[in-house]
Amino acid sequence: MRAIWLTMLAGLLVTTPVRAEDAAVPVCEVPAYLLTSESRLPKVAGVVKPGGKLNILVIGSRSSVIGASDSSAAYPGRLQAVLREKLPGVETNVTLEMYPKKTAEELAPTLGKLVEERKPDLVIWQTGTYDAMRSVDADDFRNALDEGVAAMKSAGTDVVLMNLQYSPRTETMISGSAYLDNMRVVAQQHDAPLFDRFAIMRQWNEAGDFDLFSASPGLELAKRVHDCLARALSTFLIDAAHVNPAELRIQR
Amino acid sequence: MTSVAEPIAAEPTPPAVPAKPRADAVTLPVVGERELRLDLFRGLALWLIFIDHLPPNILTWFTIRNYGFSDATEIFIFISGYTAAFVYGRAMLEQGTVVASARIFKRVWQIYVAHVFLFTIFLAEISYVATSFENPLYSEEMGILDFLKQPDVTIVQALLLKFRPVNMDVLPLYIVLMLFLPPILWLMRRRADLTLALSVALYALTWEFDLYLPAYPNGVWAFNPFAWQLLFVFGAWCALGGARRMSRILSSQVTLWICVAYLLAAFWVTLTWYIPQIHHLLPRFIEQWMYPINKTDLDVLRFAHFLALAAITVRFLKKDWPGLKSPWLRPMVLCGQHSLEIFCIGVFLAFAGHFVLAEVAGGPWMHLIVSIFGIFIMSAAAWVFSWYKRVAAKGGTRAKSADANADFAGGGA
Repeated sequence: MRAIWLTMLAGLLVTTPVRAEDAAVPVCEVPAYLLTSESRLPKVAGVVKPGGKLNILVIGSRSSVIGASDSSAAYPGRLQAVLREKLPGVETNVTLEMYPKKTAEELAPTLGKLVEERKPDLVIWQTGTYDAMRSVDADDFRNALDEGVAAMKSAGTDVVLMNLQYSPRTETMISGSAYLDNMRVVAQQHDAPLFDRFAIMRQWNEAGDFDLFSASPGLELAKRVHDCLARALSTFLIDAAHVNPAELRIQR
Repeated sequence: MTSVAEPIAAEPTPPAVPAKPRADAVTLPVVGERELRLDLFRGLALWLIFIDHLPPNILTWFTIRNYGFSDATEIFIFISGYTAAFVYGRAMLEQGTVVASARIFKRVWQIYVAHVFLFTIFLAEISYVATSFENPLYSEEMGILDFLKQPDVTIVQALLLKFRPVNMDVLPLYIVLMLFLPPILWLMRRRADLTLALSVALYALTWEFDLYLPAYPNGVWAFNPFAWQLLFVFGAWCALGGARRMSRILSSQVTLWICVAYLLAAFWVTLTWYIPQIHHLLPRFIEQWMYPINKTDLDVLRFAHFLALAAITVRFLKKDWPGLKSPWLRPMVLCGQHSLEIFCIGVFLAFAGHFVLAEVAGGPWMHLIVSIFGIFIMSAAAWVFSWYKRVAAKGGTRAKSADANADFAGGGA
């Protein structure tokens, strides 16, 4: 019975045209409310000026890269490129510190020290996926986030939290809602902007920009998604830091 | 699977033995007409659980968890305790403790088999996803399927109820609670209030000493049986006369206003979750005292919220309200009368719904259609079960021996 069902579905899949495939440049628009935050990034605002240096540290997991491919195509690399383009005259560097298969609780105690060593102006902490997969206790997760964000902030950096990817295929297996909620709560508590990767990707999927369900998407889809994420993230950061890129241009 | 509904008042069973001259601390309510309110609300709980298991959609906004602290799980567990005590309490009275316990264990076995059956369906679904899905974007998320690489461990852990995928947490809780029903009932028929007091004590100890059951690969049971037993035992206590003894408290004006005030306060707190603009209106100290509202350990706030809801419901929805028999509420009542089957169908439909939404089409309309279609299937299935039960009961009385019939009545009726 189920086999018939699956075959039928597979048949439907084959006949469904892959929508985003033909477009050369992805549309990937994001509604404005997902790209603004009431929280500010004072450190970033301070260094974004002609001749300034902006160091961004991404603390990520395996979803910060695309398989084993060229790292410049993943969102941290793309973010650096996009920010350099948008903020002329500012030397922007984005580095990625990857911690695959680490829960927030395992990571949190090390973050203060990491920030002291690297001295970034902004940390983008992308987390939640591995915790959700391991169904870590939601309270433990929140406490770990709380501890990590507090440690990094007191070590002198701005912090942006980035939540889980929207992953429709694994929705029956990974229950992300508790982790999404807690990330929102902690972000609010610490006045740290939350980049809602989950909502943004879901928006793209529903608008038909990307077919995130596609069974054989290949590397190209992943690269385009990461490029779009980096663009959205750059807009989000510039908005939260209250910098006006136009002014940078004039002064140059 | 045999029919396993728990009748509130089984039609084929002989009329109640009018209070055997035994020194029972509590008397069972007289067999009367079926208590349709229980069926109705259990049916409602099953629908809400199904909707909450699907990805969020418009219907999700109609589920009670958006309007207060408690949700459908509380209703389900309470009513399960109530009906189990009612059915098996009577069996204990009529057939003795040993036979009644045997019947309870048979029921536990049925629930366990149902759980394993659902797990098999789940395995089939994710194995399909694992082999057909290769997306570099989701290499991290696909790590969830790593457990397929060691089925020797995973399947054993699932059979031990320690490995429970998403949405499969309620049945293991139910199994554990039913497993301890014989001693609970035995004691409750003698010392009802003592049993309830012990249950409260265990609940308090759970909070004090952090009792829990471990889960696989790590973490704890999503519904801690040490805490959730309180609701189950409380349901049993109500069924065995507690509700009647509380009727004066329930009908007092003071209770009503306390309940209304508490429900409004809870609603207001939940509003602050969805409308961040009013978040600052919530005093900081209340926030610190209140959060987190722990579902795993059945937070007192959740329990109180359920009590308030229940008190108001029994006050305003009378047993003899004619609407209970209206055809409009019939699907919900029928679902409540076949709770185990409908629950399993609901979990399966939630899996299937996810699958359809992921593989065929998404979007809010598709979400809505999947939800409504699922509820329709659940209701239709419940109708078929009822029909079959009626037909089988007609033929069964002639053919089957009295013993077999009693057994049938134990699992179903």
